[in-house]
Amino acid sequence: MTTRTHLDLVDTTRPPEAPSKQAAAAHPSLILGEHSLCPGCGEPVALRLLLETLQELDIVQRSIGVVGHGCYGSFVRIMDIDVLQCLHGRAPSCATGLKRVLPDSVVFTMQGDGDMVNEGLQEILHTAARGENVTCILLNNGVFGDTGGQQTSTTVLGQRTKTSLEGRDAETHGYPIPISDLVASLQGVGYVARGAVSTPGGVAQTKRMIRRAFESQLAGEGLSLVEILTMCPTGWFVPAAEGPGYQSESMETVYGIGELVSRGKE
Amino acid sequence: MTLELLSGSVAITRAALTAGCRFFAGYPMSPFTGLLEAMSREIGPAGGTCINAESEIEGVNMTLGAAAAGVRAATGSCGQGIALMQETIAEGALNETPFVVFNMARNQQDYFQCTRGGGWGDYRTLTLAPKDIHEAVEHTQLLFHLSDLYRAPTILYGDPLLAQTLVGVDVQPLDLGALPAKDWALDGSMSGTGKSRQIWTWAMGKATDPGLGPDGHWRQIAEKFDRIGELEQRHEAIDVEGAETVVVAFGSAAKFAEHAIADLQEEGHRIGLFRPITLWPFPGAALAEATRTARRVLVFELNAGQMLDDVRQWVHDRDTVRFVGGVSIGESGLDFGPMLDVPVIKQRILAGIGEPELMRS
Repeated sequence: MTTRTHLDLVDTTRPPEAPSKQAAAAHPSLILGEHSLCPGCGEPVALRLLLETLQELDIVQRSIGVVGHGCYGSFVRIMDIDVLQCLHGRAPSCATGLKRVLPDSVVFTMQGDGDMVNEGLQEILHTAARGENVTCILLNNGVFGDTGGQQTSTTVLGQRTKTSLEGRDAETHGYPIPISDLVASLQGVGYVARGAVSTPGGVAQTKRMIRRAFESQLAGEGLSLVEILTMCPTGWFVPAAEGPGYQSESMETVYGIGELVSRGKE
Repeated sequence: MTLELLSGSVAITRAALTAGCRFFAGYPMSPFTGLLEAMSREIGPAGGTCINAESEIEGVNMTLGAAAAGVRAATGSCGQGIALMQETIAEGALNETPFVVFNMARNQQDYFQCTRGGGWGDYRTLTLAPKDIHEAVEHTQLLFHLSDLYRAPTILYGDPLLAQTLVGVDVQPLDLGALPAKDWALDGSMSGTGKSRQIWTWAMGKATDPGLGPDGHWRQIAEKFDRIGELEQRHEAIDVEGAETVVVAFGSAAKFAEHAIADLQEEGHRIGLFRPITLWPFPGAALAEATRTARRVLVFELNAGQMLDDVRQWVHDRDTVRFVGGVSIGESGLDFGPMLDVPVIKQRILAGIGEPELMRS
């Protein structure tokens, strides 16, 4: 049998491997196991972006996570990061205490919309106004996913939840809170941006935002916040595959994607 | 020894700094305010941080965060402010984060709050109730020690007199013995090593190294508090041996009662004082012993009868217990009322001895 060397030739004997599969296989070493969340959930994507960013910035061994209460709370089991799992809504306050006594560490919070915008609204606003050098990562899917799809403070008008069965209407349920815009209006913030993980482009853009947020913390610019719109097909009562499309048509039409504050660029 | 004339708030602040407290966060509320003000002045030069928190809830959570980094940290408030902190005090007990809470209470109506707590779960809060500022200086240091020893939040039960009275104090560091290293504290250094640390009430551990989980962890916490309950009871008993009457009182009220009892002894009464120093764990076995021969046990506290529950639970004979305290609040609502006065206490004790039908029992 003749041995031939095929250099620079594409193997056409089988279908090419999907880039998404290659990406999935190359998970960051900071992930210790499989996540336990629903198919189509956007939160594991956000977790991965966050962990990749810590590695790329080479700040892993001074990073401390402060994790709130929601589906993402289960990430505490699979992220190889020193973590304080705190009470619902209180992560920015706990992060404040940690960062004040360990100013050389990198402190981030991971919170959902129920955690940050419902239960912990005063924490995030006060922590931002105080200019604490911490990075807050908000996973905003507009519902309480962990308890099965009830309305939160960020549920957009018209969205059906288990506590707004006919869709959120302003007269009965009030209006959603655009938290990043509120935080961006405060002095004391170094970086505020809103991204979405519903498309490959959105994922790449969101990762750049997370990187900028941590760079802002490292530069001591004040509080940084990245609000990430994440799919929750279970809580939205849509098939998993329709999650990204639903998100693009609902939340992303209400909450503008992009950077709101970038002090480093001023 | 050089005495310095200090308010209780400043003396307690100095004691906390002497104990190595380097983080403080609090929200103003009288009579706790003076302690917050003193901390904000004095902790900076000692190399620490004081935050005037935007709420009690934020203050106590900042404190928990700092404590999670292994730094000696404290917060404080009183009454309703402590009520707001209860969820986090319980969380600190369950996730084993040590910090000290200075409850500079307005009166003695915080007894249940300190000893029963208002948070969730099978937890307790070790509470020391000093009778005067000198003792508060020692207790402050002891609380940081015990908090670290047991990895649990602890409480100082203060009051307006302990906060605001000016006394000559000499704050000296106490040698309370060695403590285990805080290898559980978070600093980020273990991130990415496969052995990253967690502080987590549910103690689920990591996918690669599962923890005890809620059932196992919360059993362990409950056993720890049983142990503390056995080991850390503290009390003072004065002339209870052979006494016909034993008065039970805590904190400043005990200090006043001590004077009333000395007067009564001079008048020929066989009377003694039992003072719980730890409100939790309540020194129950010692109380049972101290009241073995007493014909009557008079409970004097400035509330409607809270410690009374514990006395009834532990006293040698429940039928001997009579309540001679009561609610007594100053006009401002922020201070003790007229019942905290030696002649008044003496009269109430005499009534308790002679005319039990006048008193609630």
